[in-house]
Amino acid sequence: MGSGHRSGHRGRGRGAESSHPSGERILVLPGEEIPAEGLRPGSGTYRVNGRIYASVLGLLSLRPPLVRIIPLSGRYIPKPQDTVVGTVTDVQGTFWLLDIAAPRWAPLHMTGTPWKIDFGETEQYLRVGDAVVVSVESIENTGRIGVTMLGDGLGKLEGGTIVEISPARVPRVIGRNGSMIQTITKLTDCQVAVGQNGRIWIDGPDEGIIRVRECLRMIDEEGHRSGLTERIQKYLESTQTPGSTHDYRSRIVGDLPHEAGPTNPIDLPTPPPLDLEDPAARAPAEESDNDLPPDY
Amino acid sequence: MGSVGAKDVPVLLTPDGLRIDGRRLNELRPLKITAGALHEADGSAFVEWGANKVMAAVYGPREVHPRHLQENNKAIVQCRYNMAAFSVDERKRPGLDRRSQEISKVIAEAFESAIFAEEYPRTSVDVYIEVLQANAGTRCAGVVAASVALADAGIPMVDLLPSVAVGKVAGKIALDLKKEEDNFGEADMPMALVPQSGRLVLLQMEGHLTRPELAEALDLGVAGCRQIYQVMKQALRDRYASDGPDPSGVSP
Repeated sequence: MGSGHRSGHRGRGRGAESSHPSGERILVLPGEEIPAEGLRPGSGTYRVNGRIYASVLGLLSLRPPLVRIIPLSGRYIPKPQDTVVGTVTDVQGTFWLLDIAAPRWAPLHMTGTPWKIDFGETEQYLRVGDAVVVSVESIENTGRIGVTMLGDGLGKLEGGTIVEISPARVPRVIGRNGSMIQTITKLTDCQVAVGQNGRIWIDGPDEGIIRVRECLRMIDEEGHRSGLTERIQKYLESTQTPGSTHDYRSRIVGDLPHEAGPTNPIDLPTPPPLDLEDPAARAPAEESDNDLPPDY
Repeated sequence: MGSVGAKDVPVLLTPDGLRIDGRRLNELRPLKITAGALHEADGSAFVEWGANKVMAAVYGPREVHPRHLQENNKAIVQCRYNMAAFSVDERKRPGLDRRSQEISKVIAEAFESAIFAEEYPRTSVDVYIEVLQANAGTRCAGVVAASVALADAGIPMVDLLPSVAVGKVAGKIALDLKKEEDNFGEADMPMALVPQSGRLVLLQMEGHLTRPELAEALDLGVAGCRQIYQVMKQALRDRYASDGPDPSGVSP
């Protein structure tokens, strides 16, 4: 990890970031006291004797009345409305258990699917190892995660491959208004479904899948360095082979439906609605963008 | 090596106060920590401390296995401390023994008191500590590696847990014993500190200390922990600094 990147060359309109007071992007570690007089402890912090300390590693966000830490690592923490990619880990009479890379497995009840299923028939629809796109419905205070398969772009995934990256990098994969994901899908002719949990499903021609995987690896490992979009673009253009594009379209249409889910996975690339903590999802106003490194 | 005393006991302390490797009584061995050393784990760290080499990997919070250990209102911490067969000069018989079970237990309990376990009910935080090369103080190196790995895994906790052993060597209280000092010394006392509160969450002792010696040893150990704490924090900064590119703005 070099410290080579500074505020030198960044995209237009982000220059203002570098002039923010350094206080905006301070890295804090567990146990460090946060000088935040008059503020209330938010997520990633705790208070003892009126003093506020960080409980996780992350970036400091002072936004009255709250002080929060935006984590830079860690497992996916589910939030309602998140679209996630999961795999089936267990089949029961009326529900499946899904591994969605969260702290707990998430039960998907048969009433949360578009299928008419009788008790005990669950295994005819989804088996252990199958991949699905689901939406997080509820988080109970027991930690139970409720998910549903009813909704646009949700369903069983047929074919393709799944790549896992850090959930903290998902906003980078999507990019501002979906710019990154659009670049990737356009230049590789692949379909890509990005789960908020860092699981990403890819389908398309073999060489396209390989190139998408390489892009995702770059984002996962170098996502904190500036100029990422340009490097991805350059990589994709330099590896583009003429002709590979057209053969494929016809192939996938024939390949697809099977007894697939409610909606055709082809529609998936539309990035799911981003959460509000993700600055990329907020209004482009510069001032509201100061939580994360400018590259976000 | 210097002269050898009676019964092959090495000279542990020279008249001018130098220890077997040339350190002073209050000096630590060189410590190097690499955060995020493994790819598959949720968090990891590699610690090289004197001749110790210890790897720690953290997984979780995740589903509890076996299920019956699950707690309805909080996460549990499961720890496995293990020494590689090749970690000592006489081959160590692989697998669990009483010593490693005890160490796993005290380390798990230390972290249980530092982690905000209520945030993840019915889950498990699994800590794996592998000693690749041992030279006394491996449980402390394990605690240091594991707490850097826990922070790397994004697990909420009160603080990092620096840890060090203090002992009695040739009649004097000494910090961070190495193998010869541990083998031929009079006492060995590993401890782990919560710097934020000043609480000790791990304290064991082997051998004998008088009350004044114990007080001196505790002071020396806490001071040592605070030095180690700085190295731990720097290791995490080095890994994540480029995400928040302003190391100068970081609070002390």
